Amino acid sequence: MEIALVLGVPLLGGVLLALVGHKRWAPELNALMSLITLVAAAALTRRVITDGPMTALQEQFFVDPFNVFLVALTAFVGFTTALFSRPYMRIEEYHGRLNAARLRLYHSMYQLFSFTMVLCLLSNNVGILWVALEGATLSTVLLVSLYRTPASLEAAWKYFILCSVGIAQALFGVILLYFAAEKVLGPGGTSLLWTHLYEVRDQLEPTVLSLAFVFLLVGFGTKVGLVPLHNWLPDAHAEGPTPVSAVLSGLLLNVALYAVVRSKVLVDGALGRNFSGGLMMGFGLLSVVVAAFFLSRQRDIKRMFAYSSVEHMGIMTFAFGMGGPVAAFAGLLHMTVHSLTKSAIFFTVGHASQQTGTQNMADIRGLIEQSPTIGWGLVIGSLAILGMPPFGVFTSEFMVLTTAMHEHPWATPFLLVALGVAFAAIFGKVQPMAFGETNARRLPHPPALIPVFVHLAIVLTLGLYIPPYLVGWYRQAAALIG
Amino acid sequence: MPLLAQFVNLLAAFLLLLAFAMLSQRRVLTLIKLFAWQGAALALSTGIVAWSTGQTHLYYSALLTVLLKVILIPWVLHRLIDRLFVRWDIETLINIPATMLIGIGLVIFAFALATPISQMASALTRSTLGIAMASILLSFLMMIVRRKAVPQVIGFLAMENGLFFAATSATYGMPLVVELGVALDVLVGTFIFGIFFFHIREQFDSLDIRHMEKLKED
Repeated sequence: MEIALVLGVPLLGGVLLALVGHKRWAPELNALMSLITLVAAAALTRRVITDGPMTALQEQFFVDPFNVFLVALTAFVGFTTALFSRPYMRIEEYHGRLNAARLRLYHSMYQLFSFTMVLCLLSNNVGILWVALEGATLSTVLLVSLYRTPASLEAAWKYFILCSVGIAQALFGVILLYFAAEKVLGPGGTSLLWTHLYEVRDQLEPTVLSLAFVFLLVGFGTKVGLVPLHNWLPDAHAEGPTPVSAVLSGLLLNVALYAVVRSKVLVDGALGRNFSGGLMMGFGLLSVVVAAFFLSRQRDIKRMFAYSSVEHMGIMTFAFGMGGPVAAFAGLLHMTVHSLTKSAIFFTVGHASQQTGTQNMADIRGLIEQSPTIGWGLVIGSLAILGMPPFGVFTSEFMVLTTAMHEHPWATPFLLVALGVAFAAIFGKVQPMAFGETNARRLPHPPALIPVFVHLAIVLTLGLYIPPYLVGWYRQAAALIG
Repeated sequence: MPLLAQFVNLLAAFLLLLAFAMLSQRRVLTLIKLFAWQGAALALSTGIVAWSTGQTHLYYSALLTVLLKVILIPWVLHRLIDRLFVRWDIETLINIPATMLIGIGLVIFAFALATPISQMASALTRSTLGIAMASILLSFLMMIVRRKAVPQVIGFLAMENGLFFAATSATYGMPLVVELGVALDVLVGTFIFGIFFFHIREQFDSLDIRHMEKLKED
């Protein structure tokens, strides 16, 4: 029942907003749909926490602590981003960058994107997961090019081609997986169900599965934005409207990583050795280091934070690659806090660039003077994402680092250097943007900044004190994947 | 049924040949024709596998391939080309003989990769997995070396053909619900590509990807 609601509401919203998305009240309807999805997701979460994992509709959907945690996070960030996008898109319309037809496209695709995200998470079928993840690309590609500027078209084309090709590799991985599973489970619908695959994972053919994992990692890894497959990510984040940047960073990357982690658990069971973990650690570490060094060279504010997303996805991939209960716990926590912090940062960045009319960091000055909430939001968000205590990002990064020191000491210097470089790069650029003489203008609509501070407050709370039920929940999820 | 197996092998060889033909083709219209032929070969081989193994859902898959990849998508692409006036020009980054040589290297690599796996495949389609993988890699190569947007898209669609062929040859096809989903994605993707062509042309007055290399790291 709850599953049907979580999936059905955004789908319905997508259809509804395709009809009425250009009306004055469409942003409110968009937010309302996301709110209902959030309530349904909360109900689903409660049910799974009390009753344990369950399946639905002839096992086509399944819920366990790992994916329900991401469903809740996705619905939450989806809702707050919809709140943020209300005034933001109105200001864009006021500035003449968008018209009613494009707003209709935007609202409809926003809901469809939410639908593909939850479908991806809840589907028990690896093939449907693939279809949903490709659907996520399809629904966001026209949003990246929403402004129809040359740069945004280029970004969207790059996004489309690279992600489609990447995900085609993943489809080959799925085919190989099915090839191995069909030998054990027989042909038909059940051989691609995660629940069935996990039961027989030690009987699956190891050579096929290791090859399959390489394809799955490359394919889904393109969407995660792992170096060297990350080229689409900074462009798509910088050229699309800011709510889209926020959901790409906060949701899509997480969901793609979810697909990688699910595959890893399966392949580890079949191989009995840490082949997949090694690959993930390698890709993760490379992403962290490369992204950190690219940060200091950025001039566009959204591009810079996009590279920061690559860096953080690298940290998570590295954590899940190490495996074990502590690292998996840290990875899950980092997923939560990164997605909350990064979307909060994008909210402030979006309004900051509306105030100054540019995304070039050299031309953004003195945000705090014109609007203290936007300025301080950006400063606090940046400090949080850079891993300053007492924010939650510090906690998860600390756990990743200590585990790495224990198990893979060679990796710690790379991580520490990268984190230091990232700190110097981002803080050095945010500081002059926030303080000093202002060149910002007033916005024609009052911005919705409550989501920013709600997100940052949650991240702060998670850094100081993780409530026991949340710890239990993370532990259950970590046990599934660790 | 050795005769049927041979027939599937023949079609597989035809598929590979078409992949090479697409790689060497300079004209967009011929490229679309070759793509439609590839779809036809794929559908026929899917049909044969369905008939010889009694997997009824493969018939649907074959039918879907005919509708989508032999009729609908080539027609849409044709219409687009007519509306956009981009008939003759295909420019490549590397000259065509060199591309062909790289292609041969890729085929050898694909066969080397597929050999251990195809030992485990069913008798009917044992040797075709290597060919499927080779045609995926060749389409990949085509996407890399082509400068214009339309050939890149055809390369992408040809890659999808290779993937479907891999699915039928290695496993007698994926579950129907998955195939339907993939087909839906391909269809929606093609339409979005079409919308894109118009946007790109509106902005740049050309479908040359070279205009879209502004977003780079300094």
